[in-house]
Amino acid sequence: MIERIPILKLGPFLLLSIQVDMHDQLALDLQEDLTEQIVRHKAKGVLIDISALEIVDSFIGRMLSHIAQVSRILDAKVIVVGMQPAVAITLVELGLSLDGIATALNMEKGMRRLEAMVAADESLEESEGGEDTDASTPPGD
Amino acid sequence: MYSTALVELLRTHERPLLDAWIGAQRAAGMRIDLLNETTILANSAELLRRITVAAAQGLGNLREPHWQPVRALLERFSFDQSRAGLTPAQTATFVFSLKEPLFKLIQNECDDPLAEIWAATRLIDDLGLYSMESYMSGRETVIREQQESMLELSTPVVELWDGILAIPLIGALDSNRTQVVMESLLEKIVQTESDIAIIDITGVPTVDTMVAQHLLKTVTAARLMGAQCIISGIRPQIAATIVHLGVDLGDVITKASLADAFRLALRQQGVRLAAPVRV
Repeated sequence: MIERIPILKLGPFLLLSIQVDMHDQLALDLQEDLTEQIVRHKAKGVLIDISALEIVDSFIGRMLSHIAQVSRILDAKVIVVGMQPAVAITLVELGLSLDGIATALNMEKGMRRLEAMVAADESLEESEGGEDTDASTPPGD
Repeated sequence: MYSTALVELLRTHERPLLDAWIGAQRAAGMRIDLLNETTILANSAELLRRITVAAAQGLGNLREPHWQPVRALLERFSFDQSRAGLTPAQTATFVFSLKEPLFKLIQNECDDPLAEIWAATRLIDDLGLYSMESYMSGRETVIREQQESMLELSTPVVELWDGILAIPLIGALDSNRTQVVMESLLEKIVQTESDIAIIDITGVPTVDTMVAQHLLKTVTAARLMGAQCIISGIRPQIAATIVHLGVDLGDVITKASLADAFRLALRQQGVRLAAPVRV
């Protein structure tokens, strides 16, 4: 497979934009590349832009949650941005609510949210040892 | 059954038959005022002419191809009548009032009236049934159109503030409607790049497990896209029902009124409202 999805490094974050139809091999390659890059760059956060993704199936949905879980173990936050309405409806109908994955409407908001999440995590570490709190959930009402 | 005498009668006595028919329509109390009188007269004349032409090629069955012009005219006429708000009886009268003048004509002109009357009555009954069918399909079209326009009308998505959307739901929710609600809400979220959407269910009369599930789906889909949903306008009975049904709304934020939801949304957007300063 020559085709690969490029992963860009921006400071402590990794950016990747899915702009082609995902097929299964591509998804598997992406998972592999991403975990490797997270470790190599000691990335703090991963932003996945799927605004160009128009077709999803349960495999792609599972791949997203898999990436999120792996990244969490490697101590990197994951945020998925720019999901199309049709894609969101499909995922819900498939019963995949991607619990635990942060989302944002677009790249800009996603980046801000990711920075906030990482900053909250670091301040927690500085304060004392670090309680295992999930900083991805927004403060309640 | 091929009846030459009837066909011959139709051909030779078309004009007097038409006059008698229109007379019978008047006598039957046809609401001429609701439809244009000239339209009815023109339709009557045209229908009789087409019947004569078609009958000349064999009475047979109304479904046969050479009756197509007659069917087309009846369809259009009955459709218009149902649109204009006429009752089924009035529509049927249009065709059935042809019976009396036709029977009289047969009685006066034929040696064996019984056979001809049988043929004529079968023909007119068929025409009557066909016009009723068209009338009903006209009605159904109207109902379908109204349903569609209601669907569009009843799901407006309004922008309350920069980045805050509200969708006030009014009326019963079924799967069809929720689908439309979900789609229009998500589209609007993308369009306006809104962070928060308030789903107000003040106008929803009942919430059952189905409706609750639909609402949850909408909330989840919005969350997947990166927007937060607040459900507001839950009346006491509905709150009780939701708990009683054992529906788990999960971590969805709910508020009693739209005002409360709006206040929360503003706070999350970082908007602060201040009282006017008095000098």
